[in-house]
Amino acid sequence: MNFRRILLIATPYAWLVALFLVPFLIVFKISLSHYAISIPPYSPVFDISAGWEGFKTFLSKLDFDNYRFLSGDDLYWKAYLSSLQIAAISTIITLVVAYPIAYGMAQANDEWRPTLMMLVILPFWTSFLIRVYSWIGILSNEGFLNQILLGLGVIDTPLAIMNTNTAVYIGIVYTYLPFMVLPIYATLEKMDGSLIEAAEDLGCTRISAFWLVTLPLSKPGVIAGCFLVFIPALGEFVIPSLLGGSQTLMIGKVLWEEFFSNRDWPVASAVAVILLVLLIIPIILFQRNEQKQREANQ
Amino acid sequence: MAQPASRPVFAPWNDPAAKPLIQFKSVTKKFGEFVAIDDVTIDIFAQEFFALLGPSGCGKTTLMRMLAGFERPTKGQILLDGKDLADVPPNRRETNMMFQSYALFPHLSVWENIAFGLKRSPMPKGEIGPRVEQMLKLVRLDKFARRKPHQISGGQRQRVALARSLAKAPKLLLLDEPLGALDKKLRQDTQFELMDIQEKTGTTFLIVTHDQEEAMTVASRVAVMDHGKMIQIDTPDRIYEMPNSVYVADFIGDVNIIKGNAKPTGEGRFAISWAEGQPDIAAASGAGIAAGTPVHFAIRPEKIAISADKPADRANAVKGRIEDIAYLGNISTYKVELANGAMIKAQVANDRRLARRTFSWDDMVWLSFTDTAGVILMK
Ligand SMILES: Nc1ncnc2c1ncn2[C@@H]1O[C@H](COP(=O)(O)OP(=O)(O)OP(=O)(O)O)[C@@H](O)[C@H]1O
Ligand SMILES: [Mg+2]
Repeated sequence: MNFRRILLIATPYAWLVALFLVPFLIVFKISLSHYAISIPPYSPVFDISAGWEGFKTFLSKLDFDNYRFLSGDDLYWKAYLSSLQIAAISTIITLVVAYPIAYGMAQANDEWRPTLMMLVILPFWTSFLIRVYSWIGILSNEGFLNQILLGLGVIDTPLAIMNTNTAVYIGIVYTYLPFMVLPIYATLEKMDGSLIEAAEDLGCTRISAFWLVTLPLSKPGVIAGCFLVFIPALGEFVIPSLLGGSQTLMIGKVLWEEFFSNRDWPVASAVAVILLVLLIIPIILFQRNEQKQREANQ
Repeated sequence: MAQPASRPVFAPWNDPAAKPLIQFKSVTKKFGEFVAIDDVTIDIFAQEFFALLGPSGCGKTTLMRMLAGFERPTKGQILLDGKDLADVPPNRRETNMMFQSYALFPHLSVWENIAFGLKRSPMPKGEIGPRVEQMLKLVRLDKFARRKPHQISGGQRQRVALARSLAKAPKLLLLDEPLGALDKKLRQDTQFELMDIQEKTGTTFLIVTHDQEEAMTVASRVAVMDHGKMIQIDTPDRIYEMPNSVYVADFIGDVNIIKGNAKPTGEGRFAISWAEGQPDIAAASGAGIAAGTPVHFAIRPEKIAISADKPADRANAVKGRIEDIAYLGNISTYKVELANGAMIKAQVANDRRLARRTFSWDDMVWLSFTDTAGVILMK
């Protein structure tokens, strides 16, 4: 192997080590420590000057108490489960909303496509936080939605959407929609139109041609989109804390509260490590899917 | 050409009582301002093997796509069995098309691709399997049934596409260059298979091909197209022997075209003066041609004999020098330059071994042909 090759391969690994592995190890180490009223708020703290003996006493003081605590308190399990549920439901709703959008984009004239693409990406041009805040303005009891519905006489009392799981679903679906639309659009757009014609020629109606040809062929895009929505939604913190209510239980929110309200860094770190393990499973599945698809395309 | 002499002549196009299966009635197809099909009128009869021939972009695929239902004529009517097809969607037409790009379903195996149409037909479930196996055997892909389209070669993909379109045994089969990617041997075998299927099932074939030999072998009639227009529709032998224009003569096979002026010399006989110092060409034609009319004389290279001495019994003989010899295995083409610089091609069967050939480069030879060997073309 020559130098250039080594450099080429080493670059991504160096990034991963510096930005993923090292921080993870630090967090993992903190999760094995204990809460303490000090700065930093945990012990033991690794002290290089104590030498080899110091390192051994440091190691002996680490344990899995925080994980035991987490598995004992059902608040955390409920939070994980509820996060999984909210992420899964939002992913499905996002898929249902995104597929027709992507399909319409792929059917549109060539000259329209860049514009439509721009429109899908456009929300990213403003801050995510501002966009979530603006949903408060829309969904709250005095918000636009209720104003309009009251004004039209559709309802007599304002709908209580704000501070419920519904608001969280709306926020997540809205925020992650482009991540679902774009990969689906990408697979639909490169699909050969003559396949649909062939299906119709062989006796399919428009609708059955869609089920038997278009949908299976867009599967890679659907899977990619689902992961791109599900993974960040699982750890989502901003949306549930801004739009959700007290009963909205999401692990991202729990994490935030452990960290900033209770200042219990070790427990917060343990929560984060478990979340990471939960996320790694779908990420590995996602990677496999990509791999399979790449092989299929060869 | 396709039919051995013993069979009764199949020529419904000559029978005024015969009802055509497909009728194009002054069909025009425009893409925007571009005219892809220009006022085409044809009748295609049941059990025909109809070949479309023409240069790339002349509208062959467009014509087929209108029959399959993917394009609507801008003007005119297409009738199948006397019924207007305009409002019949593709899935309700009794046609199947083999796409030029094959359009195989990438997510389905070879087997499932072939079964796709059958599963959407009223065929009982139990009969689908055997039918697919039969098709696989026909295109010699039994061993590849489980593979996906991207796991087989280009020629194999073409055969899957062919099998898929044949599987439903439709009334009308549209084959868009069905054999282009196959080697010569397999292509000939498949051509005979197609003719065999056609004979057994009575299916009508409309086939696009770039290979004139293929059109000549399989077709009952050939249509030569150019720029969306039908130039000539005729049996293969008549297309070859009696082209109606320089375009057709030139497009099909090898030909010598000589420009000149015709003058009548007797009943259906003409003399064509074409070059200073060269004798007039004596030729026959059924058409009445006025003296001095500019014409083209077309003659196939294999109709010209080559000899060392001037033959006494031929109506036409010209002298020239052998400029080039192309050895093509079974035949050789001699390019002969006449005194006035004109180049004439003559083709001779190689019935002797190479070393014993009579003529070689720069020999002076006589080219001769009878007065009925060529045709006089007005356009
Ligand atoms: N959808 C379309 N929009 C615009 N022009 C088209 C369209 N389809 C075909 N054409 C044009 O119509 C003409 C005929 O096309 P067609 O595909 O029928 O040619 P072809 O005879 O099948 O050629 P080839 O032998 O290369 O397959 C071409 O000039 C092509 O560019
Ligand atoms: Mg074509």
